[in-house]
Amino acid sequence: MSFISVFDVIGPNMVGPSSSHTAGACAIAHLAQKMLSGVLREVEFTLYGSFAKTYGGHGTDRALLGGIMGFDTDDVRIRDSFEIAGERGILYRFLTNEKDTDVHPNTVDIRMVNEEGTQMSVRGESLGGGKIRIVRINQVQVEFTGEYNAVIIIQKDRPGVAAHITRALSDRGVNIAFMRLFRESKGEKAYTIVESDDRLPEDITGQLLENPNIREVMLVQKQ
Amino acid sequence: MVDFKNAEELLALCSQGGQKISAVMKQRECDLGEVTMEQACGRMQKALTIMRQAAETPLETPVKSVGGLIGGEAGKLELHRSMGESICGAVLGRGIAYAMAVLEVNASMGVIVAAPTAGSAGIVPGLLLALQEEYHFSEEQMVDALFHAGAIGYLAMRNATVAGAVGGCQAEVGVAAAMAAGAAVELMGGEPRQSLDAAATVLMNMLGLVCDPVGGLVEYPCQNRNAAGVANALIAAELALSGIRQLIPFDEMLDTMYQVGKRIPYELRETALGGCAASPSGCRFCH
Repeated sequence: MSFISVFDVIGPNMVGPSSSHTAGACAIAHLAQKMLSGVLREVEFTLYGSFAKTYGGHGTDRALLGGIMGFDTDDVRIRDSFEIAGERGILYRFLTNEKDTDVHPNTVDIRMVNEEGTQMSVRGESLGGGKIRIVRINQVQVEFTGEYNAVIIIQKDRPGVAAHITRALSDRGVNIAFMRLFRESKGEKAYTIVESDDRLPEDITGQLLENPNIREVMLVQKQ
Repeated sequence: MVDFKNAEELLALCSQGGQKISAVMKQRECDLGEVTMEQACGRMQKALTIMRQAAETPLETPVKSVGGLIGGEAGKLELHRSMGESICGAVLGRGIAYAMAVLEVNASMGVIVAAPTAGSAGIVPGLLLALQEEYHFSEEQMVDALFHAGAIGYLAMRNATVAGAVGGCQAEVGVAAAMAAGAAVELMGGEPRQSLDAAATVLMNMLGLVCDPVGGLVEYPCQNRNAAGVANALIAAELALSGIRQLIPFDEMLDTMYQVGKRIPYELRETALGGCAASPSGCRFCH
Protein backbone atom coordinates (compact mmCIF):
# COMPACT_ATOMS: atom_id res chain seq x y z
CA MET A 1 0.00 0.00 0.00
CA SER A 2 1.29 3.44 -0.86
CA PHE A 3 1.82 6.16 1.75
CA ILE A 4 -1.27 8.17 2.71
CA SER A 5 -0.07 11.68 3.50
CA VAL A 6 -1.82 14.00 5.95
CA PHE A 7 -2.40 16.19 2.89
CA ASP A 8 -4.43 13.45 1.26
CA VAL A 9 -6.78 13.89 4.22
CA ILE A 10 -6.52 17.67 4.78
CA GLY A 11 -6.55 18.19 1.05
CA PRO A 12 -6.50 18.35 -1.82
CA ASN A 13 -6.84 22.11 -2.10
CA MET A 14 -9.43 22.06 -4.81
CA VAL A 15 -12.19 23.64 -6.82
CA GLY A 16 -15.52 22.20 -5.61
CA PRO A 17 -17.94 20.68 -5.32
CA SER A 18 -16.80 17.04 -4.86
CA SER A 19 -13.44 15.54 -3.92
CA SER A 20 -14.27 12.26 -5.64
CA HIS A 21 -16.40 13.59 -8.51
CA THR A 22 -14.59 16.88 -9.22
CA ALA A 23 -11.02 16.79 -7.85
CA GLY A 24 -10.63 13.00 -8.33
CA ALA A 25 -11.97 13.22 -11.88
CA CYS A 26 -9.58 16.09 -12.64
CA ALA A 27 -6.66 14.10 -11.20
CA ILE A 28 -7.44 10.97 -13.27
CA ALA A 29 -7.58 12.97 -16.51
CA HIS A 30 -4.48 14.94 -15.51
CA LEU A 31 -2.57 11.68 -15.10
CA ALA A 32 -4.01 10.22 -18.31
CA GLN A 33 -2.82 13.14 -20.46
CA LYS A 34 0.71 12.66 -19.16
CA MET A 35 0.72 9.21 -20.76
CA LEU A 36 -0.24 10.45 -24.21
CA SER A 37 2.59 11.39 -26.51
CA GLY A 38 2.14 14.40 -28.75
CA VAL A 39 -0.69 16.92 -28.66
CA LEU A 40 -4.22 15.91 -27.68
CA ARG A 41 -6.75 16.43 -30.45
CA GLU A 42 -9.78 14.39 -29.42
CA VAL A 43 -11.03 12.89 -26.19
CA GLU A 44 -13.97 10.72 -25.22
CA PHE A 45 -14.99 10.08 -21.63
CA THR A 46 -17.21 7.14 -20.68
CA LEU A 47 -18.65 7.40 -17.19
CA TYR A 48 -19.81 4.50 -15.01
CA GLY A 49 -21.73 4.08 -11.76
CA SER A 50 -22.16 7.16 -9.62
CA PHE A 51 -20.08 9.15 -12.12
CA ALA A 52 -22.64 8.35 -14.82
CA LYS A 53 -25.59 9.23 -12.59
CA THR A 54 -24.39 12.53 -11.14
CA TYR A 55 -21.63 13.97 -13.30
CA GLY A 56 -23.46 17.14 -14.34
CA GLY A 57 -24.16 18.44 -10.86
CA HIS A 58 -20.66 17.65 -9.65
CA GLY A 59 -18.89 19.37 -12.52
CA THR A 60 -17.25 15.98 -13.26
CA ASP A 61 -17.37 16.78 -16.97
CA ARG A 62 -15.68 20.17 -16.56
CA ALA A 63 -13.12 18.65 -14.19
CA LEU A 64 -12.27 15.77 -16.56
CA LEU A 65 -11.87 18.17 -19.45
CA GLY A 66 -9.77 20.53 -17.29
CA GLY A 67 -7.57 17.66 -16.16
CA ILE A 68 -7.03 16.41 -19.70
CA MET A 69 -5.79 19.93 -20.56
CA GLY A 70 -3.30 19.69 -17.69
CA PHE A 71 -5.15 21.75 -15.05
CA ASP A 72 -4.50 20.94 -11.39
CA THR A 73 -7.37 20.31 -8.95
CA ASP A 74 -7.23 23.85 -7.49
CA ASP A 75 -7.13 25.63 -10.85
CA VAL A 76 -10.18 27.93 -11.10
CA ARG A 77 -10.06 27.59 -14.91
CA ILE A 78 -11.87 24.25 -14.38
CA ARG A 79 -15.11 26.26 -14.24
CA ASP A 80 -14.52 27.38 -17.83
CA SER A 81 -13.01 24.21 -19.28
CA PHE A 82 -15.66 23.76 -22.01
CA GLU A 83 -14.87 27.21 -23.40
CA ILE A 84 -11.11 26.70 -23.05
CA ALA A 85 -11.22 23.31 -24.81
CA GLY A 86 -13.21 24.95 -27.60
CA GLU A 87 -10.58 27.67 -27.98
CA ARG A 88 -7.83 25.04 -28.09
CA GLY A 89 -9.69 23.09 -30.75
CA ILE A 90 -9.98 19.93 -28.66
CA LEU A 91 -12.92 17.73 -29.65
CA TYR A 92 -14.58 16.19 -26.62
CA ARG A 93 -17.59 14.11 -25.76
CA PHE A 94 -19.11 12.43 -22.73
CA LEU A 95 -20.85 9.04 -22.75
CA THR A 96 -22.44 7.11 -19.90
CA ASN A 97 -22.46 3.37 -19.36
CA GLU A 98 -24.98 2.26 -16.77
CA LYS A 99 -25.11 -1.37 -17.94
CA ASP A 100 -21.74 -2.50 -16.58
CA THR A 101 -22.07 -2.44 -12.82
CA ASP A 102 -19.14 -4.66 -11.81
CA VAL A 103 -16.81 -1.65 -11.77
CA HIS A 104 -15.83 0.72 -8.95
CA PRO A 105 -18.73 3.20 -8.45
CA ASN A 106 -16.60 6.13 -9.65
CA THR A 107 -15.01 4.86 -12.84
CA VAL A 108 -14.17 6.63 -16.10
CA ASP A 109 -12.72 5.38 -19.36
CA ILE A 110 -10.75 8.02 -21.24
CA ARG A 111 -9.98 7.52 -24.92
CA MET A 112 -7.47 10.03 -26.23
CA VAL A 113 -6.35 10.66 -29.79
CA ASN A 114 -3.29 12.78 -30.56
CA GLU A 115 -2.55 14.88 -33.66
CA GLU A 116 -0.93 11.91 -35.44
CA GLY A 117 -4.08 9.86 -34.88
CA THR A 118 -2.52 7.59 -32.25
CA GLN A 119 -5.11 6.34 -29.80
CA MET A 120 -4.71 5.54 -26.16
CA SER A 121 -7.27 4.51 -23.59
CA VAL A 122 -7.03 4.65 -19.83
CA ARG A 123 -9.46 3.56 -17.12
CA GLY A 124 -9.34 5.45 -13.84
CA GLU A 125 -11.09 5.09 -10.50
CA SER A 126 -11.76 7.88 -8.02
CA LEU A 127 -11.42 6.33 -4.59
CA GLY A 128 -12.71 9.18 -2.42
CA GLY A 129 -11.10 12.24 -0.89
CA GLY A 130 -9.34 12.98 -4.17
CA LYS A 131 -7.39 9.72 -4.21
CA ILE A 132 -7.31 7.97 -7.58
CA ARG A 133 -5.77 5.07 -9.44
CA ILE A 134 -5.40 3.99 -13.04
CA VAL A 135 -6.55 0.38 -13.41
CA ARG A 136 -6.36 -0.21 -17.15
CA ILE A 137 -4.18 1.02 -19.99
CA ASN A 138 -5.20 0.01 -23.53
CA GLN A 139 -7.24 -2.98 -22.30
CA VAL A 140 -4.50 -4.29 -20.01
CA GLN A 141 -5.23 -4.36 -16.28
CA VAL A 142 -2.65 -2.35 -14.38
CA GLU A 143 -2.41 -0.52 -11.10
CA PHE A 144 -0.89 2.91 -11.01
CA THR A 145 -1.50 5.95 -8.80
CA GLY A 146 0.76 8.70 -10.14
CA GLU A 147 2.07 9.34 -6.62
CA TYR A 148 5.61 8.50 -7.72
CA ASN A 149 7.67 9.30 -10.77
CA ALA A 150 7.03 6.45 -13.13
CA VAL A 151 8.03 4.90 -16.41
CA ILE A 152 5.42 2.82 -18.20
CA ILE A 153 6.84 0.40 -20.74
CA ILE A 154 4.86 -1.45 -23.40
CA GLN A 155 6.73 -4.55 -24.48
CA LYS A 156 6.42 -8.00 -26.01
CA ASP A 157 6.20 -10.76 -23.38
CA ARG A 158 9.70 -12.19 -24.01
CA PRO A 159 12.58 -13.34 -21.78
CA GLY A 160 15.16 -10.74 -20.85
CA VAL A 161 13.02 -7.63 -21.16
CA ALA A 162 12.70 -7.06 -17.42
CA ALA A 163 16.46 -7.58 -17.03
CA HIS A 164 17.09 -4.99 -19.74
CA ILE A 165 14.83 -2.51 -17.93
CA THR A 166 16.44 -2.95 -14.52
CA ARG A 167 19.92 -2.75 -16.06
CA ALA A 168 19.09 0.50 -17.87
CA LEU A 169 17.67 1.99 -14.68
CA SER A 170 20.58 0.88 -12.52
CA ASP A 171 23.07 2.30 -15.09
CA ARG A 172 21.42 5.67 -14.51
CA GLY A 173 21.40 5.33 -10.73
CA VAL A 174 17.61 5.16 -10.47
CA ASN A 175 16.37 3.62 -7.22
CA ILE A 176 13.27 1.52 -7.93
CA ALA A 177 10.49 1.94 -5.36
CA PHE A 178 8.00 -0.41 -7.05
CA MET A 179 8.11 -2.49 -10.22
CA ARG A 180 5.21 -4.46 -11.63
CA LEU A 181 4.58 -6.49 -14.76
CA PHE A 182 1.22 -6.98 -16.44
CA ARG A 183 0.42 -8.89 -19.63
CA GLU A 184 -2.48 -9.43 -21.99
CA SER A 185 -1.62 -13.11 -22.47
CA LYS A 186 1.46 -15.31 -22.75
CA GLY A 187 3.86 -14.15 -25.46
CA GLU A 188 1.69 -11.13 -26.31
CA LYS A 189 1.76 -7.48 -25.31
CA ALA A 190 2.92 -6.76 -21.75
CA TYR A 191 3.32 -3.68 -19.57
CA THR A 192 5.95 -2.85 -17.00
CA ILE A 193 5.39 -0.02 -14.55
CA VAL A 194 8.42 1.14 -12.60
CA GLU A 195 7.97 3.77 -9.88
CA SER A 196 10.73 5.80 -8.26
CA ASP A 197 10.95 8.45 -5.54
CA ASP A 198 13.29 10.54 -7.67
CA ARG A 199 12.63 12.23 -10.97
CA LEU A 200 13.59 9.91 -13.85
CA PRO A 201 16.17 11.05 -16.44
CA GLU A 202 14.29 12.19 -19.55
CA ASP A 203 16.65 10.35 -21.92
CA ILE A 204 16.10 6.97 -20.27
CA THR A 205 13.47 6.45 -22.97
CA GLY A 206 16.06 6.01 -25.73
CA GLN A 207 18.11 3.58 -23.70
CA LEU A 208 15.07 1.45 -22.90
CA LEU A 209 13.98 1.39 -26.55
CA GLU A 210 17.30 -0.24 -27.52
CA ASN A 211 15.73 -3.59 -26.71
CA PRO A 212 13.74 -4.67 -29.82
CA ASN A 213 10.96 -6.15 -27.67
CA ILE A 214 10.21 -2.77 -26.10
CA ARG A 215 7.68 -0.90 -28.21
CA GLU A 216 6.83 2.19 -26.30
CA VAL A 217 8.03 4.06 -23.24
CA MET A 218 6.02 6.68 -21.34
CA LEU A 219 7.57 8.83 -18.67
CA VAL A 220 5.05 10.06 -16.11
CA GLN A 221 6.86 12.45 -13.79
CA LYS A 222 5.24 13.63 -10.61
CA GLN A 223 5.77 17.33 -11.30
CA MET B 1 10.33 6.00 11.13
CA VAL B 2 7.16 7.00 12.94
CA ASP B 3 4.11 5.24 11.51
CA PHE B 4 0.94 3.62 12.75
CA LYS B 5 -1.73 1.43 11.18
CA ASN B 6 -4.55 1.91 13.67
CA ALA B 7 -5.60 3.94 16.69
CA GLU B 8 -4.17 1.41 19.12
CA GLU B 9 -0.69 1.84 17.62
CA LEU B 10 -1.16 5.62 17.58
CA LEU B 11 -2.02 5.62 21.28
CA ALA B 12 1.00 3.43 22.02
CA LEU B 13 3.27 5.91 20.20
CA CYS B 14 1.71 8.78 22.16
CA SER B 15 2.20 7.13 25.52
CA GLN B 16 5.77 5.94 24.74
CA GLY B 17 6.97 9.42 23.96
CA GLY B 18 4.53 11.36 26.12
CA GLN B 19 3.44 13.02 22.88
CA LYS B 20 0.28 14.52 21.50
CA ILE B 21 -1.47 12.93 18.52
CA SER B 22 -0.65 16.02 16.43
CA ALA B 23 3.06 15.65 17.21
CA VAL B 24 3.09 11.98 16.17
CA MET B 25 1.26 12.83 12.94
CA LYS B 26 3.69 15.65 12.14
CA GLN B 27 6.66 13.35 12.68
CA ARG B 28 5.04 10.66 10.51
CA GLU B 29 4.58 13.17 7.69
CA CYS B 30 8.24 14.24 7.92
CA ASP B 31 9.52 10.65 8.01
CA LEU B 32 7.35 9.09 5.30
CA GLY B 33 6.80 12.18 3.17
CA GLU B 34 10.52 13.05 3.35
CA VAL B 35 9.88 16.71 4.17
CA THR B 36 11.15 18.98 6.93
CA MET B 37 8.94 19.99 9.86
CA GLU B 38 8.99 23.53 8.49
CA GLN B 39 7.74 22.39 5.06
CA ALA B 40 4.98 20.24 6.53
CA CYS B 41 3.76 22.99 8.86
CA GLY B 42 4.00 25.60 6.10
CA ARG B 43 1.84 23.50 3.81
CA MET B 44 -0.70 23.02 6.60
CA GLN B 45 -0.72 26.76 7.29
CA LYS B 46 -1.62 27.28 3.62
CA ALA B 47 -4.53 24.85 3.98
CA LEU B 48 -5.66 26.75 7.09
CA THR B 49 -5.58 30.03 5.16
CA ILE B 50 -7.78 28.61 2.36
CA MET B 51 -10.14 27.14 4.97
CA ARG B 52 -10.48 30.48 6.76
CA GLN B 53 -11.16 32.32 3.53
CA ALA B 54 -13.87 29.84 2.52
CA ALA B 55 -15.42 29.98 6.00
CA GLU B 56 -15.52 33.77 6.27
CA THR B 57 -16.19 35.13 2.77
CA PRO B 58 -19.85 34.01 2.42
CA LEU B 59 -20.77 35.56 5.80
CA GLU B 60 -20.48 38.97 4.15
CA THR B 61 -20.78 38.03 0.49
CA PRO B 62 -23.28 35.23 -0.18
CA VAL B 63 -22.53 33.03 -3.17
CA LYS B 64 -25.08 31.14 -5.23
CA SER B 65 -24.33 27.50 -5.98
CA VAL B 66 -23.90 26.12 -9.50
CA GLY B 67 -26.90 23.83 -9.00
CA GLY B 68 -29.00 26.63 -7.52
CA LEU B 69 -30.17 24.77 -4.40
CA ILE B 70 -28.16 26.73 -1.83
CA GLY B 71 -26.62 30.15 -1.29
CA GLY B 72 -26.85 32.77 1.45
CA GLU B 73 -27.40 30.41 4.42
CA ALA B 74 -24.16 31.36 6.18
CA GLY B 75 -25.00 35.05 5.95
CA LYS B 76 -28.41 34.44 7.54
CA LEU B 77 -26.85 32.51 10.41
CA GLU B 78 -24.26 35.21 10.96
CA LEU B 79 -26.90 37.95 11.03
CA HIS B 80 -29.04 35.94 13.44
CA ARG B 81 -26.07 35.38 15.72
CA SER B 82 -24.76 38.95 15.57
CA MET B 83 -28.19 40.18 16.68
CA GLY B 84 -27.77 38.12 19.83
CA GLU B 85 -30.51 35.69 18.85
CA SER B 86 -28.46 32.48 18.57
CA ILE B 87 -29.80 29.69 20.74
CA CYS B 88 -26.66 27.61 20.08
CA GLY B 89 -24.21 29.81 21.95
CA ALA B 90 -20.95 31.28 20.68
CA VAL B 91 -18.93 28.21 19.63
CA LEU B 92 -21.71 26.20 18.01
CA GLY B 93 -23.35 29.30 16.52
CA ARG B 94 -20.15 30.36 14.80
CA GLY B 95 -19.18 26.82 13.95
CA ILE B 96 -22.32 26.05 12.00
CA ALA B 97 -22.19 29.39 10.15
CA TYR B 98 -18.60 28.67 9.07
CA ALA B 99 -19.40 25.10 8.09
CA MET B 100 -22.33 26.14 5.92
CA ALA B 101 -20.22 28.94 4.42
CA VAL B 102 -17.56 26.48 3.24
CA LEU B 103 -20.22 24.39 1.51
CA GLU B 104 -21.52 27.53 -0.22
CA VAL B 105 -18.06 28.23 -1.62
CA ASN B 106 -17.65 24.59 -2.60
CA ALA B 107 -20.98 24.42 -4.41
CA SER B 108 -20.13 27.52 -6.40
CA MET B 109 -16.93 25.84 -7.70
CA GLY B 110 -14.77 28.01 -5.46
CA VAL B 111 -11.53 26.85 -3.83
CA ILE B 112 -11.78 24.83 -0.61
CA VAL B 113 -9.70 22.23 1.23
CA ALA B 114 -11.21 18.74 1.25
CA ALA B 115 -11.31 17.53 4.87
CA PRO B 116 -11.51 14.63 4.23
CA THR B 117 -13.83 15.26 1.26
CA ALA B 118 -15.29 18.36 -0.35
CA GLY B 119 -18.86 17.50 0.64
CA SER B 120 -17.76 17.41 4.28
CA ALA B 121 -15.22 20.24 4.03
CA GLY B 122 -17.07 22.62 6.38
CA ILE B 123 -16.89 20.64 9.60
CA VAL B 124 -13.19 20.68 10.53
CA PRO B 125 -12.67 24.40 9.79
CA GLY B 126 -16.13 25.23 11.20
CA LEU B 127 -15.52 23.85 14.66
CA LEU B 128 -11.80 24.63 14.91
CA LEU B 129 -12.09 28.26 13.75
CA ALA B 130 -15.01 28.83 16.12
CA LEU B 131 -12.91 27.44 18.99
CA GLN B 132 -9.99 29.67 18.01
CA GLU B 133 -12.17 32.77 18.18
CA GLU B 134 -13.59 31.83 21.55
CA TYR B 135 -10.34 30.67 23.17
CA HIS B 136 -7.75 32.66 21.18
CA PHE B 137 -5.59 29.73 20.07
CA SER B 138 -2.42 30.62 18.16
CA GLU B 139 -1.93 29.77 14.49
CA GLU B 140 0.62 27.13 15.55
CA GLN B 141 -1.99 25.47 17.75
CA MET B 142 -4.45 25.55 14.85
CA VAL B 143 -1.92 23.95 12.50
CA ASP B 144 -1.34 21.24 15.12
CA ALA B 145 -5.09 20.72 15.39
CA LEU B 146 -5.26 20.13 11.64
CA PHE B 147 -2.49 17.51 11.88
CA HIS B 148 -4.50 15.85 14.64
CA ALA B 149 -7.64 15.91 12.48
CA GLY B 150 -5.53 14.47 9.67
CA ALA B 151 -4.43 11.55 11.86
CA ILE B 152 -8.03 10.45 12.40
CA GLY B 153 -8.95 10.98 8.76
CA TYR B 154 -5.90 9.00 7.67
CA LEU B 155 -7.04 6.01 9.74
CA ALA B 156 -10.50 6.23 8.16
CA MET B 157 -8.99 6.40 4.69
CA ARG B 158 -6.60 3.54 5.39
CA ASN B 159 -8.87 1.15 7.27
CA ALA B 160 -12.34 2.07 6.01
CA THR B 161 -13.49 4.61 3.44
CA VAL B 162 -14.22 8.32 3.17
CA ALA B 163 -16.21 8.05 -0.08
CA GLY B 164 -19.96 8.62 0.09
CA ALA B 165 -20.33 6.40 -2.96
CA VAL B 166 -18.79 3.51 -1.00
CA GLY B 167 -19.89 4.08 2.60
CA GLY B 168 -22.61 6.75 2.62
CA CYS B 169 -22.62 10.13 4.36
CA GLN B 170 -21.42 8.54 7.63
CA ALA B 171 -18.08 8.01 5.83
CA GLU B 172 -17.85 11.67 4.78
CA VAL B 173 -19.63 13.88 7.29
CA GLY B 174 -19.22 11.22 10.00
CA VAL B 175 -15.46 10.97 9.52
CA ALA B 176 -15.08 14.76 9.18
CA ALA B 177 -16.91 15.25 12.47
CA ALA B 178 -14.77 12.53 14.10
CA MET B 179 -11.66 14.41 12.90
CA ALA B 180 -12.98 17.70 14.28
CA ALA B 181 -13.99 16.15 17.60
CA GLY B 182 -10.57 14.60 18.20
CA ALA B 183 -8.76 17.81 17.27
CA ALA B 184 -11.05 19.86 19.52
CA VAL B 185 -10.25 17.60 22.48
CA GLU B 186 -6.51 18.11 22.00
CA LEU B 187 -6.95 21.89 21.58
CA MET B 188 -8.88 22.00 24.85
CA GLY B 189 -6.13 20.11 26.65
CA GLY B 190 -7.52 16.56 26.56
CA GLU B 191 -5.43 13.38 26.44
CA PRO B 192 -4.92 11.33 23.25
CA ARG B 193 -7.24 8.61 24.53
CA GLN B 194 -9.98 11.19 25.07
CA SER B 195 -9.51 12.45 21.50
CA LEU B 196 -10.03 8.97 20.10
CA ASP B 197 -13.00 8.37 22.37
CA ALA B 198 -14.55 11.56 21.01
CA ALA B 199 -13.89 10.44 17.44
CA ALA B 200 -15.44 7.03 18.16
CA THR B 201 -18.50 8.72 19.69
CA VAL B 202 -19.12 10.70 16.53
CA LEU B 203 -18.94 7.61 14.34
CA MET B 204 -21.44 5.95 16.69
CA ASN B 205 -23.82 8.88 16.68
CA MET B 206 -23.76 9.29 12.90
CA LEU B 207 -23.72 5.56 12.11
CA GLY B 208 -25.77 4.59 9.09
CA LEU B 209 -26.26 8.08 7.67
CA VAL B 210 -26.97 7.75 3.96
CA CYS B 211 -25.63 9.83 1.06
CA ASP B 212 -28.67 11.14 -0.83
CA PRO B 213 -27.86 14.44 -2.50
CA VAL B 214 -30.87 16.11 -4.11
CA GLY B 215 -30.35 16.22 -7.86
CA GLY B 216 -26.96 14.55 -7.34
CA LEU B 217 -25.55 17.90 -6.25
CA VAL B 218 -23.18 18.44 -3.31
CA GLU B 219 -25.55 21.04 -1.91
CA TYR B 220 -28.66 19.77 -0.18
CA PRO B 221 -28.85 18.11 2.37
CA CYS B 222 -25.01 18.19 2.41
CA GLN B 223 -24.81 21.76 3.68
CA ASN B 224 -27.26 21.08 6.55
CA ARG B 225 -25.33 17.95 7.44
CA ASN B 226 -22.10 19.91 7.73
CA ALA B 227 -23.80 21.99 10.41
CA ALA B 228 -25.00 18.76 12.06
CA GLY B 229 -21.45 17.42 11.87
CA VAL B 230 -20.14 20.40 13.84
CA ALA B 231 -22.80 19.84 16.51
CA ASN B 232 -22.00 16.12 16.71
CA ALA B 233 -18.29 16.84 17.00
CA LEU B 234 -18.84 19.39 19.75
CA ILE B 235 -21.09 17.04 21.72
CA ALA B 236 -18.61 14.15 21.42
CA ALA B 237 -15.69 16.38 22.49
CA GLU B 238 -17.67 17.57 25.49
CA LEU B 239 -18.45 13.99 26.55
CA ALA B 240 -14.79 13.00 26.28
CA LEU B 241 -13.49 16.10 28.07
CA SER B 242 -15.90 15.54 30.95
CA GLY B 243 -14.28 12.14 31.51
CA ILE B 244 -16.94 9.89 29.98
CA ARG B 245 -15.23 6.78 28.57
CA GLN B 246 -16.50 4.86 25.58
CA LEU B 247 -17.11 1.12 25.57
CA ILE B 248 -16.23 0.70 21.89
CA PRO B 249 -12.77 1.92 20.87
CA PHE B 250 -12.17 3.98 17.72
CA ASP B 251 -10.70 1.12 15.65
CA GLU B 252 -13.78 -1.01 16.26
CA MET B 253 -16.15 1.90 15.58
CA LEU B 254 -14.33 2.63 12.33
CA ASP B 255 -14.68 -0.99 11.21
CA THR B 256 -18.34 -0.95 12.28
CA MET B 257 -18.92 2.17 10.21
CA TYR B 258 -17.26 0.48 7.21
CA GLN B 259 -19.29 -2.73 7.57
CA VAL B 260 -22.53 -0.75 7.85
CA GLY B 261 -21.48 1.39 4.88
CA LYS B 262 -21.00 -1.64 2.66
CA ARG B 263 -24.53 -2.76 3.50
CA ILE B 264 -26.11 0.57 2.59
CA PRO B 265 -27.98 -0.02 -0.68
CA TYR B 266 -26.66 1.41 -3.94
CA GLU B 267 -29.58 3.88 -4.10
CA LEU B 268 -28.37 5.51 -0.88
CA ARG B 269 -24.70 5.87 -1.78
CA GLU B 270 -24.34 9.09 -3.77
CA THR B 271 -26.44 7.96 -6.72
CA ALA B 272 -29.30 10.42 -6.10
CA LEU B 273 -31.80 7.54 -6.37
CA GLY B 274 -33.04 7.38 -2.78
CA GLY B 275 -33.45 9.21 0.52
CA CYS B 276 -33.93 12.98 0.33
CA ALA B 277 -33.15 12.86 -3.39
CA ALA B 278 -36.19 10.62 -3.98
CA SER B 279 -38.65 12.61 -1.84
CA PRO B 280 -41.34 14.37 -3.90
CA SER B 281 -39.84 17.82 -3.29
CA GLY B 282 -36.29 16.58 -3.79
CA CYS B 283 -37.22 14.74 -6.95
CA ARG B 284 -38.19 17.93 -8.71
CA PHE B 285 -34.45 17.98 -9.40
CA CYS B 286 -34.26 14.32 -10.53
CA HIS B 287 -32.60 13.68 -13.86
